[in-house]
Amino acid sequence: MDSFQQIIFKLKQYWAERGCIIQEPYDVEVGAGTMCPETFLRVLGPQPYRVAYVQPSRRPADGRYGENPNRLYKHQQLQVILKPSPDDVIEQYLGSLEAIGIDLRKHDIKFEEDNWEAPTLGAWGVGWQVMLDGLEITQFTYFQQCGGIDLELVPAELTYGLERLTAFLQFRDSVYDIEWTKGFTYRDVRFQDELQYSVYNFEMADVPTLWKLFELHEGEATRLLDLYKKSSEKARFPLLPTYDQVLKCSNIFNTLDARGAISVTERVGVIARVRKLAVGTANAWLDQQTAGQEAAA
Amino acid sequence: MSVPFLLEIGTEEIPDWMIPGALESLRSLAVAAVPGLGEVTMDATPRRLVMRATNVPEKQADQEELVQGPAKAAPPKAVEGFARKLGVKVENLQVQSTGKGEYYTFLRKIEGRATKDILAEALPGVIPKIYFPKTMYWTGKSGPRFIRPIRWIVALLGSEVVPFEIAGVKSGKTSAGHRRLGSSEIGINIKDYELQLRSNYVILSAAERRQKIEQGIADLGVKIKPDPALLETLVYLTEYPTPIAGSFDESFLELPEEVRTTVMRHHQRYFTAEGTHFVAVMNTSEDPEALVRLGNERVLRARFNDARFFWQTDQKKKLADRVEDLKLVTFQAKLGSYYEKAERTVGIVKELGGDTAAERAARLAKCDLTTELVKEFTELQGVVGGLYAKVQGEPAEVWQAIYDHYKPVSMEDAIPRTRTGQIVALADKLDTLRECFRIGMMPSGSKDPFALRRAAQGVVKILAEGEVSAPVPSDDFFEDRVRFYFRDVRGYQYDEVNAAMAAGWSDMKDLAARLERLKNIRPTPDFEPLAASFKRIKNILRQAEYTGGDAVRPELLEAGPEKDLYDESQRIAGQQIEAGIAALRPKVDLFFDKVLVNAQDPQVRRNRLAMLHNLLAEFKTFADFSEIVTSSS
Repeated sequence: MDSFQQIIFKLKQYWAERGCIIQEPYDVEVGAGTMCPETFLRVLGPQPYRVAYVQPSRRPADGRYGENPNRLYKHQQLQVILKPSPDDVIEQYLGSLEAIGIDLRKHDIKFEEDNWEAPTLGAWGVGWQVMLDGLEITQFTYFQQCGGIDLELVPAELTYGLERLTAFLQFRDSVYDIEWTKGFTYRDVRFQDELQYSVYNFEMADVPTLWKLFELHEGEATRLLDLYKKSSEKARFPLLPTYDQVLKCSNIFNTLDARGAISVTERVGVIARVRKLAVGTANAWLDQQTAGQEAAA
Repeated sequence: MSVPFLLEIGTEEIPDWMIPGALESLRSLAVAAVPGLGEVTMDATPRRLVMRATNVPEKQADQEELVQGPAKAAPPKAVEGFARKLGVKVENLQVQSTGKGEYYTFLRKIEGRATKDILAEALPGVIPKIYFPKTMYWTGKSGPRFIRPIRWIVALLGSEVVPFEIAGVKSGKTSAGHRRLGSSEIGINIKDYELQLRSNYVILSAAERRQKIEQGIADLGVKIKPDPALLETLVYLTEYPTPIAGSFDESFLELPEEVRTTVMRHHQRYFTAEGTHFVAVMNTSEDPEALVRLGNERVLRARFNDARFFWQTDQKKKLADRVEDLKLVTFQAKLGSYYEKAERTVGIVKELGGDTAAERAARLAKCDLTTELVKEFTELQGVVGGLYAKVQGEPAEVWQAIYDHYKPVSMEDAIPRTRTGQIVALADKLDTLRECFRIGMMPSGSKDPFALRRAAQGVVKILAEGEVSAPVPSDDFFEDRVRFYFRDVRGYQYDEVNAAMAAGWSDMKDLAARLERLKNIRPTPDFEPLAASFKRIKNILRQAEYTGGDAVRPELLEAGPEKDLYDESQRIAGQQIEAGIAALRPKVDLFFDKVLVNAQDPQVRRNRLAMLHNLLAEFKTFADFSEIVTSSS
């Protein structure tokens, strides 16, 4: 029986063998692997790209003080981007399951329609949730739009829920009981994390401070995006740091939401504000990449 | 020579619910584009759309066309030119005389084209046009759109490949079997096609898959709750369906049945069975090591544990204490929160004559939107609120009204069981409709994001079948819903509905009663002739531009048919329609037979129009019989 980390090693190895860059997690808080620049920005434009990485993904509202066996404030996603999507992408994906010891002739696998949309990112795609013996183990998406931009090359995005997958393979009813590595359970490694962030997000986060932070990051992102438009040295303009500011806004918004601090009228407006920054960054990034290529040509 | 034809479009997994529609679309597009295709049969699995025909002519029929050239008297150069253009010699031309003189002609033979060529030309146009509610592109931004990527195409006419290409995929004779049990490359021989698929664990026929599921369940010896919609989903979610039985721990029986069923049916696509059993349908042939069963049982246990956890957590805060929390739940961006919606709904409840129980239910009805259980199982909104209200000691009147207030969710669904529930459901829907219309969110075409049509349909159904009396809002939108309800749900003829609605439609129960009576008198022998006469009367009045306002002056009436008709109409005034029809009909017939409405004397004429107008008016509160379509009209 493979441990949590062995399963991760094997999946990374599998995708590395298929031409993926193995990245490390992004070091800014995100709600999903999709939001990392390695996905959100890399899927834009005409450059092929293949990357896989584990991304700890924070969903403040999903925190349960470590009490719920299946729900986590922060879970680990294995994110795979294949741009453009190869013709045999589903076969490759099924191969990855076999690589972690699932004999698909002895299991039931179904692809059930599930289309994905992230309004704050101006992104959507179509695809499936992949069901293994009735358990959703992967979200499979063909991206169509990102940052409000139609994608030139259609990437396939595979998002594995690693805790669930491991619980399934290790026959555990609670993610806290899965073996991270010999001698350590998931609980040993992550329980404090879940408990303390739940307490902070639901009870102690200071709402005025969070709003202040939101506005500071939003201001910085807006300032940079405005500067980019006027910049005469676009190729070296810091759009990646600009995008970090957008991610900060998104995470603070999620925290405020979990705290119950966003009123109805505010909510729609705040989503639109984050979306505006994300779309602005995506467009600037695409512009910067294209300009860079033209300069090189 | 006739040969069989096979088209198999191999794709990645198509959403189950789109498949039957896609097949119909493919059928009609192909039949229109390819002459001589004849009868086609359509089949599909999640990974293939298949069209087959048995008797397709290899060649289209030859045709002849008479081409007219220059006149016989034309200079030889012109005649030679005509022959050259056709590629024949002058001596092959004929001379034919027409009305305008003699002309050179030529009977050109057009050889029928090979059907293979026609198919090869037509199919690349047909396939991308197949209708799907949502499509994607995958080869690049300007590439073709389809429901999911096309991965292979088998196109065979007899033993020959019909050559074409879509999205970089060349048609050929190679298909693919079940993803894990079958071969990924099957060289298709058209006459063995179905058999070849079957030996690769693909059952092509939906009917056969359905039968295999049903038989499989019967063989398991488990008694399931019949669920045709779920069965249909599973038929199109699998290529080789095999049912297995599983069970869950008895302790979960303490969860409300509604919650258990939702988890099993909607989230896991299991059939629910008696006691602690369920049936899952696999997309594979067997489960020899019981891995699939154990896996599904484990998933269900986790789901049930979640639900139990949510149920217990939610109990820590009563519904009544969640009213304030609704301020944070958006109803609609421009319409504010559910808190405000609940306030408005309470107001409407009062207008509808609801008591304090109805008001309380309306105030609490949306509170379950703040519970964990509803966040997890949104389809249980209302039901969960009702269940919580019940365990939290709300009276039956209140909790049942909360439980039922989204009802009817479809025209097949029942209306709320109590009058209180009906009032709350009406108020909730009326508020949604009023507010959305106020900000101009009218449904248009297929766009109806707030399901306003369904809400209005629900209002009509509750008012027609329930215990609440209130007028239906009088606008075109509701008029359409009322018409739909009585025609498509209650099954009245469209002209009966038109006739009865022409006499008013604000009171649903009155309209329902009149329609029933109209339906009953319609087959009586005197009714349709009378209706035809009424149509004639209406036309006469319209042509005369007569709109009423005069009292009939009996002294101007002619003795005989006219006077008789007048007397009869006086006699039946105020009586049951049913009682008057038989006697009235011969009087009307005779009147039209013997009396000319357009009399010379304008006074007499006007008096006749007044009498006819009054006769129509007599029935005006019941139905406009002139709307009835009669065999003579």
